[in-house]
Amino acid sequence: MPSYLLIVSRDPHTHVSATRCYELAAALAREGSPVSLFLVQNGVLPARPSLGSAELSELAGRGVRVLADAFSLRERGIAESALAPGIEAAPIDVVIDALEAGARVVWH
Amino acid sequence: MKTTLTFALMDPPFESARSATAFRLIDRALRRGHDVNVFAYEGAVSLSFAAQKAHPNSVHGTNVEEEDHPLTRDWVAALHDAAAERGAQLHWVNCGLCVDERGANESIPGPRRGSPADFARFIEESNNTLVIPTGE
Repeated sequence: MPSYLLIVSRDPHTHVSATRCYELAAALAREGSPVSLFLVQNGVLPARPSLGSAELSELAGRGVRVLADAFSLRERGIAESALAPGIEAAPIDVVIDALEAGARVVWH
Repeated sequence: MKTTLTFALMDPPFESARSATAFRLIDRALRRGHDVNVFAYEGAVSLSFAAQKAHPNSVHGTNVEEEDHPLTRDWVAALHDAAAERGAQLHWVNCGLCVDERGANESIPGPRRGSPADFARFIEESNNTLVIPTGE
């Protein structure tokens, strides 16, 4: 079974399609596929504890690994220690790791 | 383990954060010793456009040197240097159709003109591919 890394570069408040990406992650996890979300650029904005983070924390509870690009967090003044439950800061190397491992990597 | 990774880029320079993220990814892949293929199409063919020029900024009150405006052609050149330093291969191909549409024929040394057939070949010959689509 392939693993998936979904790269979310958009904030769901400005691009509703970002939530479609979260839904895709949930569906893949339900099917038993290993799946991770990598939030980058404005995609990290809902990583702050907020109404927007609840969906991400829920995904993490369902086994989706939810990662936020450390560089994007720093750019936006979001402390790694202040992320919503279930969300971890990570270097962009995570994407290279996934590509190396043969994961299906999709950019949104 | 050395692998070959392919990246497809679409965004023109100076328009989107996606370009900066793409450069970060390509840089990391090269610094980790991987061979990298880049297929630049649509506006991304201008990332390596040799005639890009820095400018002063009268609002900031800076001259060209003080403003130090970044140019993507310099970043593309730096990626080629990073590859050479690490003994990695960087094959940067600008889609010829997109180059012609935009008149972006003058590229810095390193990238070459190609076609969508190169992208197909890159996909077949690499371990994995990431397409970074344009937005809006």
